Amino acid sequence: MFLNKTMFLRPKNKLEDDASPQTDRIITCPSCRKKMPVKEISDALKVCDNCGYHFEMHARERIEKLFDADSFEEIMADLTSKNILSFPDYDKKLSESMTRSNENESVIVGTARVNGRKCAVFSMEYYFMMGSMGAVTGEKITSLFEHATEHDLPVVGFCLSGGARIQEGVISLMQMAKVSGAVEKHDRKGLFYLSVLLNPTTGGVTASFATQGDIILAEPNALIGFAGPRVIEQTMRRSLPKGFQRAEFLKDKGFVDKIVDRRDLRDTISSLLSIHSKEE
Amino acid sequence: MEAYEIISAVRSGKRPTAALFIERLFDSFIELYGDRSFADDPAIVGGIALLGEMPVTVIAIEKGSSVDERVKRNFGSAKPEGYKKALRLMKQAEKFGRPILTIIDTPGAYSGMEAEERGQGYAISNNLLNMISLKTPIISLFIGEGGSGGALALAVSDEVWILEGAVYSVISPEGAASILWKDSSKADEAANYLKLTADELDKLKVVDKIIKESGPFYSRLKKDISKKFTSLLTLDGEELIDKRYARFRKY
Repeated sequence: MFLNKTMFLRPKNKLEDDASPQTDRIITCPSCRKKMPVKEISDALKVCDNCGYHFEMHARERIEKLFDADSFEEIMADLTSKNILSFPDYDKKLSESMTRSNENESVIVGTARVNGRKCAVFSMEYYFMMGSMGAVTGEKITSLFEHATEHDLPVVGFCLSGGARIQEGVISLMQMAKVSGAVEKHDRKGLFYLSVLLNPTTGGVTASFATQGDIILAEPNALIGFAGPRVIEQTMRRSLPKGFQRAEFLKDKGFVDKIVDRRDLRDTISSLLSIHSKEE
Repeated sequence: MEAYEIISAVRSGKRPTAALFIERLFDSFIELYGDRSFADDPAIVGGIALLGEMPVTVIAIEKGSSVDERVKRNFGSAKPEGYKKALRLMKQAEKFGRPILTIIDTPGAYSGMEAEERGQGYAISNNLLNMISLKTPIISLFIGEGGSGGALALAVSDEVWILEGAVYSVISPEGAASILWKDSSKADEAANYLKLTADELDKLKVVDKIIKESGPFYSRLKKDISKKFTSLLTLDGEELIDKRYARFRKY
């Protein structure tokens, strides 16, 4: 179900805005405390060149910087959420999130190329309700997998989510089954799905498509889990050890294939797409 | 009844747990244990039962009836090994062409440290992926609490049935109130908005049938399950999974 294609919209990006010549602001790395011009960070894929700390990134910016220039063709860009359960304040929350993220939903989907090789891609948006999964989020990802299955395309998915969208109640929960169905059909056709887990990936997204990839990558230090740390602390009645539920911990426990620094991600994606390519 | 009163009732410990349903609905039951990789999870009871003469694989989340049993069953909160055991038994059912009944009553998947270490998210996602394409009929019966992903991990089914006094929700009302309004005492208000009662779930088409709890309901339910399995068993595997895909594609 593809509604329409829209022109590439440039996101209103906080770091980029701040880096405009008028402000030329200095930013402090929250990890190593190094001070540096914002522009330096933006040019370096928003990774601190001193300690490797990965700053947050917009969904669109991620595609723009990791895939071939201008290769992203977005689909279903205009699809927006409805307040299906008449949940109080949800309409307001949606419109605030649109303003904050400059996106219509918590995920953008379409096709793009890496070194000329075409794939289907979805990218979840931190600044839209922390990538929470509503019916439109699920619809866009499901349709993307269906499109990829129909056209024999691999899927690269950037997963980032606080979990289910409470304001859509059980309909949000149903998205986990809906997307899983589309992932399964794509899988059954022998097509490649590369899942990249970002900070944070939790809840219903972890318990569905984020962990259904043929290969699962993660960015360094990304928080990845089913239950959030606070919920676990309440269950255990104790604080959690340092590094619990971080990407490195998940790799040690056997749930992540590889941790990839964002600066190496484009090359890794390119190699994996090439290895799994069905083209001559 | 207000949504929150219904929630309080399913948590009261006064409703029958899955064990009674297994006893009343089936003529015999052989329990099978273990996930073949780490442990047996007592929160999930699984095995093969006879429904009249029809062999059925039964997978149920059991909360326990006494204090000791509730502790043993972890209050119906399953760990990854429980979901893996469930999947093992589902695959076994598919191999031998047995239909599957899942009985669901859980506050949610266990949210402790060991569950995370053993991949709770992956265990659930793997069940979703496998259930949606399982070539044998599945009916899910919600008898009490239907807590989020921990319930859905056993409910990607051809038919989802719910007792009139049971609930199914993406989050507990306390959790919703605490996240949205930083005030868990507003849980009763959140319960209304979450649309988690049998009637509301029916309106949202999340459930296919509401089971009235009055009269001789176990014998009625037994007949209904038997009839539905008989009709689903006439479909071949491909028809079955196409129908199941469409059932969940609509949301």
